[in-house]
Amino acid sequence: MFLLLFLLIPIFAAIALLFIKKEQSVNLIAIGSGLLTLLGALHIILNKTGNYDASWLPILNSRFLLQADGLAKILILLTAISFPAIFIATSHNQTNQKNVFLSLMLLTQAGLMGVFLAGDALLFYFFWELALIPVYFLCSIWGGEKRITVTFKFFIYTFLGSLFMLIGIILLYSNTADHSFLIESLKHANVSPAQSATAFALFFIAFAIKMPIFPLHTWQPDAYEQSPTAVTMVLSAVMVKMGLYGIIRWLMPLFPTAFLAHANLVIILSVIGILYASFIAIRQDDMKRLIAYSSIAHIGLMNAALFTHNQVGIQGAFIQLFSHGVNVLGLWIIADVIEQQTGTRSMKALGGIAKKQPTLAILLVGFAFANIALPLTNAFIGEFLMFNSLFQFNPWIAAAAGVSVVLAAIYTLNMVQKVAYGEVSEATHLMTAPNKNAQGVLIVLLVIVFVTGVYPQPLFDVTADTLKQLFVK
Amino acid sequence: MNAIIVSTLLGVVMMFCSWITTSAKTQRNIGLVGMLILIAANLAQLKGWWVIDFDTKGMLAFNQIGLFANMTLFILTFLYVWINGEEIEKVGNHHTADYYAIFFFILCGVSVLTSFDNLLMLFIGIEILSIPLYILTGADKKNLLSNEASLKYFLMGSFSTGILLLGITFIYGATGSFHLTMPVINPATHMVTEHFLMSAGLILLFASMNFKVSAAPFHFWTPDVYDGAPTVFTSFMATIVKAAGFIAFIKVFETQRMALGFTWYIILSFVIVSTLLIGNITAVFQRSVKRMLAYSSIAQAGFMLFALYGNSIFNTEAILLYIVAYSLATIGLFAVLVKMKDYSFESFNGLAKQNPVLAFLTTLFLFSLAGIPLTAGFFAKYYMLNALLTAGAGLWLLIVAILFAAVSVFYYFKLVQAMYFTPGTPAINEIDKKYEFKLWVLAALILILGVFPSMLFNYLYF
Repeated sequence: MFLLLFLLIPIFAAIALLFIKKEQSVNLIAIGSGLLTLLGALHIILNKTGNYDASWLPILNSRFLLQADGLAKILILLTAISFPAIFIATSHNQTNQKNVFLSLMLLTQAGLMGVFLAGDALLFYFFWELALIPVYFLCSIWGGEKRITVTFKFFIYTFLGSLFMLIGIILLYSNTADHSFLIESLKHANVSPAQSATAFALFFIAFAIKMPIFPLHTWQPDAYEQSPTAVTMVLSAVMVKMGLYGIIRWLMPLFPTAFLAHANLVIILSVIGILYASFIAIRQDDMKRLIAYSSIAHIGLMNAALFTHNQVGIQGAFIQLFSHGVNVLGLWIIADVIEQQTGTRSMKALGGIAKKQPTLAILLVGFAFANIALPLTNAFIGEFLMFNSLFQFNPWIAAAAGVSVVLAAIYTLNMVQKVAYGEVSEATHLMTAPNKNAQGVLIVLLVIVFVTGVYPQPLFDVTADTLKQLFVK
Repeated sequence: MNAIIVSTLLGVVMMFCSWITTSAKTQRNIGLVGMLILIAANLAQLKGWWVIDFDTKGMLAFNQIGLFANMTLFILTFLYVWINGEEIEKVGNHHTADYYAIFFFILCGVSVLTSFDNLLMLFIGIEILSIPLYILTGADKKNLLSNEASLKYFLMGSFSTGILLLGITFIYGATGSFHLTMPVINPATHMVTEHFLMSAGLILLFASMNFKVSAAPFHFWTPDVYDGAPTVFTSFMATIVKAAGFIAFIKVFETQRMALGFTWYIILSFVIVSTLLIGNITAVFQRSVKRMLAYSSIAQAGFMLFALYGNSIFNTEAILLYIVAYSLATIGLFAVLVKMKDYSFESFNGLAKQNPVLAFLTTLFLFSLAGIPLTAGFFAKYYMLNALLTAGAGLWLLIVAILFAAVSVFYYFKLVQAMYFTPGTPAINEIDKKYEFKLWVLAALILILGVFPSMLFNYLYF
């Protein structure tokens, strides 16, 4: 029951927001709902909450089943941290019809939570799509100049992917003994190896588009660049995790044989994607695009680690799911603050922020270190474990992927250098008083970065049960 | 039998209605009450409370599914008339009562098509359905396009009826009977012995039925007729009439398809793929919303044809849900369209700013047609794909289906983009609260079926 209430908080807040126009109270409601959700998420993580199970479509034997295991918990925590952080950090931004904007954001949050909690394939599909639709409107209404075509491309890409998944779901469902969409039943679906491989491919396309994996990534940099920054934060910090989540929740248990059989192919694609994105990131001048490509590289690494099907690697990916979200969120918030105050994202036009706003520069350096995965930061643990597993899988592949660490250092430090140091540029002169809200959020996030970097055990503990389940024969 | 007799009587009543009163409003209200009486009469037969029954010598056979289909189509017609009543009055020379008479005759054709058990009755049903439609298409007498559409429809329709009759003749030649009998299965091979006349007859029948439901390559009349006909009547033709055509189509081929053996799957797949291809791809390039909806109705027919792939209960459920979902959304869209001053995509620009409620409702209808979850359209597509897979269709057909579903998102969302993201002043007539409320009812039905599709089937089984 608690899980249902938890899911309803953002939905009710979203509906309430439609009727309120005053900016002050609009912000308050959104932030309040975000914090309330965060409290709920903490409650779910610290205490045992029962599943919520109700009959939904008796004729199809589909159930409204919400359950929170370790994997779901860690992603819920990430979602619950991200949204209030985004709301607080961007609360001063000028947005038309802010109530509608925030309302759609909250609906996205509800959709995401639903995706992470759903234990029934049809319900999962429902939330998967519901998370997409508010984002479509958010990006198309409030985005940049080319927003409409770019968002449309993004929408059609992901919609097609999810339709493939729908066929996969139907394929498995029609072969289950008890005609049910529950994971347990689908796991024991009576399918031939060929059918299983087909269903695997159908599911995988949906997840690969969402992550995205090379060569299906073409929608992403444009979409990140053209979206309003608050939405970009959601997209890259939380939404891409839907793809990885899908792989762990659905692909691994449902198609163990096909999963191992395709590991080589997927890992090679991922590594190509990692290197490709890293090289492009080096050439970028736009901060947003740079962070976008860097994010593709990191997601590719997580995907490769998952497909090694090695306990260590998967553990690393679990940690990284959370850490990458926090790090990239920090970077986006900094980019947003800079853009709001200087009016540009071009690194050529920036410079010398350390002289104007030393706190912001220090925070930027902190998150940059986390992006490179230096020891003491949270990303180090995850990346270390993931490279470990890749090395066990195939040293050559690990070596190729390892180049990305060096490349990450090049483009991230280059960015820090151009943006934070050097002479104070014309654009930087425009910077006024520091944005206290954003800095507060950034400090909290940076604390999380270092605390989980030094003491990651709680995160290991949270995800221990999922990991155990994946490796129990 | 109730529905056939009551609808005929009501049609006659409506014909003479203008003697009693000349007020269009009263005539409309009489029409609406008539619809309710018709629904009640059909319900009485469905529940077995009161049945007019006499021996039709096996010409007609009433079963639950046929009566249920009547029920859904009558209720859809009621909703259609309830929403569009005022617009219907504005068409042509204000012969309101005549239009209602025509509706009742069409519904009589619908009830024949849901209950025939004999190819002659199929022919009669299709004729009763079609001839009033030719009149409706040309109802806007002063409009050249409407006249052209009517003539085109009439000529093409007569031609296809000729093909239908030829097909029936061939089948009669093969079997010596007009009855829809199960094809005889050869016990040695477990296959139906193919008979040349029978196959030829069935293929001609198939072609003619494809014409009626506007499936490619027999769709050429659709865009011009849908575009030329008065918009309110296009709405009726694209939904209720097409649905009745589908039910008849399925009734014939449920059993008879076996006589064609494996050839059936080849020709059906060909028709489905070409319908999806032509409907969807052409719709992308349309500049008028009305024409886009005409092509979209061809594309949706492609999806509905999937129901012919198997003959299990899944197929019946799927087609019924699809008909309801598609009709609700299409009636809604045409009801919005009829209020527009011109039908280009540009005329919708900026609608979300000026009238957010109407823009939201239109978006919901479009979502349902595109098959986005939470709307009835999603479950319609889901049931259809499920039925297709259960019927043993190849995976390639499902993949073709979803690729075209993604294409359809392209042109449906073009309208969403115009309403929400393109600034401008929409060319729209005044819309009062009452009209908005009626559209809300449609939207509510779409949402309810989008969350609980089983509500529809509960009535089918109990």
